[in-house]
Amino acid sequence: MYERHILICAGTGCISSGTREVKEALENELIKHNLQDKVRIILSGCHGFCEKGPIFIVYPEDIFYCEVKAEDMPELVEEYLVKGNIVERLLYKDPTTAGTVTSHEEIPFYSRQKRQVLRNCGVIDPENIDEYIIRGGYIGLKKALGMEPLEIVNTVKSSGLRGRGGAGFPTGMKWEFAHRSPGDKKYVVCNADEGDPGAFMDRSVLEGDPHAVLEGLIIAGRAIGSDEAYIYVRAEYPLAVRRLRTAIAQAEEYGLIGQNILNSGANFKINIKEGAGAFVCGEETALLASIEGERGMPRPRPPFPAVKGLWGKPTCINNVETLANVPLILRNGADWYSAVGTEGSKGTKIFALTGKVNNTGLCEVPMGISLREIVFDIGGGIRGGKKYKAVQIGGPSGGCIPESLLDLPVDFDSLTAAGAMMGSGGMVVMDEDTCMVDLARYFLSFTQRESCGKCTPCREGTKRMLEILERITRGKGEPEDIPRLEKLAVAVKDSSLCGLGQTAPNPVLTTLRYFRDEYEAHIFDRRCPAGLCRDLLTYYIDAEVCTGCRSCVKACPAEAISGEKKEPHAIDEAKCISCGACFDRCKFGAVKTK
Amino acid sequence: MSEETAKAAEKSFDYDRVETLLQEFLHKKGVMVPILQKIQAEFGYLPRPAMEYVAKRLRIPVSKVFGVATFYAQFHLHPRGKNIVRVCRGTACHVRGVSKVAEKMQEILGVGVGQTTEDMNFTYEEVACIGACGLAPVMMINDQTYGKLTPEKLKGILKNY
Repeated sequence: MYERHILICAGTGCISSGTREVKEALENELIKHNLQDKVRIILSGCHGFCEKGPIFIVYPEDIFYCEVKAEDMPELVEEYLVKGNIVERLLYKDPTTAGTVTSHEEIPFYSRQKRQVLRNCGVIDPENIDEYIIRGGYIGLKKALGMEPLEIVNTVKSSGLRGRGGAGFPTGMKWEFAHRSPGDKKYVVCNADEGDPGAFMDRSVLEGDPHAVLEGLIIAGRAIGSDEAYIYVRAEYPLAVRRLRTAIAQAEEYGLIGQNILNSGANFKINIKEGAGAFVCGEETALLASIEGERGMPRPRPPFPAVKGLWGKPTCINNVETLANVPLILRNGADWYSAVGTEGSKGTKIFALTGKVNNTGLCEVPMGISLREIVFDIGGGIRGGKKYKAVQIGGPSGGCIPESLLDLPVDFDSLTAAGAMMGSGGMVVMDEDTCMVDLARYFLSFTQRESCGKCTPCREGTKRMLEILERITRGKGEPEDIPRLEKLAVAVKDSSLCGLGQTAPNPVLTTLRYFRDEYEAHIFDRRCPAGLCRDLLTYYIDAEVCTGCRSCVKACPAEAISGEKKEPHAIDEAKCISCGACFDRCKFGAVKTK
Repeated sequence: MSEETAKAAEKSFDYDRVETLLQEFLHKKGVMVPILQKIQAEFGYLPRPAMEYVAKRLRIPVSKVFGVATFYAQFHLHPRGKNIVRVCRGTACHVRGVSKVAEKMQEILGVGVGQTTEDMNFTYEEVACIGACGLAPVMMINDQTYGKLTPEKLKGILKNY
């Protein structure tokens, strides 16, 4: 009988921060103190608080240690597991109160969340189906198997669930189309091609709670009348692929997949397809082409996949997070589910909170929460006491939300009205040092590179827009560039074939809408207000701060800095190539920009 | 590659290795991407004779195989290094200054994006997002992820490879 359980996070973030080394050191220490039979180590899925990894929780007391290292294990085992003294220095320190916190429920990052979909992530061993079942797993499926397919569709419809992958289409309606579509063979597809830079919730769900996705998929199959599913997952997520394969094998062993599942007479098969690195494959028709082994290019709709999808058969495509919501709806009912959220957006949404914010990681919040609560309460505010400038929501398809809209309720419809979109839920926070023109250029360079080239507006339009943005950030912008950008943006948005092109101009349009002054400063004053665009910067040395250490002189590749030892140095503007080497090298902050 | 060396490479190419890989895929549909993934796992890249052989065996034009191979970022038509360095150019990494990390890495390795060092030890690549945004800026070397990078940390990490 174990006296204690220790959960160590084995999500990708924590593994890169040293989970494996910590586990090994812990095992050695346990043996040293003869505790190996009393303490059980569980490698869990992602806890979401990647910034503070590796996360290390001791149960039953629920003591939350963070940023633990292998070197800490002797002290932790000796002091805490043997003597019962909490190791203060490894506890979480609240940056706002400077006090330490022992239980993870007291940490604002967690206490403000509503973890429904992530309920198991970080709590169970994702490679053990029993732990999923103990926490109510597969009850939803059991209920679904006792229902008529149309009853399942109606339950999901009345829950108000909308697709979490981007556009927010009502899931129940999508299922109904596929259900009503005639055909003896139908497919369900799980879209796990999480390509939005800045979003990783699907990865965490797949890695931390793979059975929830499988259960959702089997229920979807039952609802539309399909006996075969594909999970299309990015090859860049090797751990997620491995855990999915393990989960599928276990579910087969338990009779949850395969022939005559749970004696219901229904059959179900799940295949995994690894993507090969193309952002456009997140678009549903492109994804289907990719599964069929073709170049992953979208095609015009209609016909919609619900009518003519994979290999010409009716197909229902849902995103990972959407499917992970489904077991909860079946288990607890549509009314329970729709009690959370706003009028048009029910349930919770997972956001990947990253960028210049104190607490980065995954957070799940009820729909309708304000942006301010997410950034300042859960996120703990801006790093280094800097000033909030904007939050970018929805990845390359989304937009930037300025400070004036911080109290905006976060749901599908208000974000769209603000010019952004929910997208997959990436939320990158930016401070005063982020240049909004450069950010627009960054997103355009991404969508331009990922444009598949099939339709002209997207292929040519994004290229021309990128050229204009590059010109502006290099200080060669022309006064007509802003109207040119606006005109092109509208054309690309209106006439592109698929979602990639239709949303690609959003980052440009929202920055133009909320941060037009920054574009104007670049074009008319040849100045980058954030001090980021290299070609627009002039470096100088503040003589009062400079100690004359000569390290910048050595760092300068252009020999543009002169000055004697212990005397203030100076930069020759004519020779300076604005590379920033001196700025990076100076320990005293004497190199400045104007 | 001149025509002669190309022909010589074709002659000496070990087609049996490709044939073995093809076995599990014959007479199935939608297999092009997994076939190419297997070939790349075996050879480290997609050799031209291998692609031509696949086309012959599946009775499809070579252009079709080539079309799929060039569409996806994951496929490579030239030999790659022993270790693959992938620096993330995702949004969170961009905002947290990955540009300087990427520049420094290229300077250390002495190669640009998509290129391989002369000793074939490293290939340098940039990817859109590896989904470890909480630790930005990040990179992967093979399957190992490294987070919270600064230009100064790179040399120490590369020593392990």
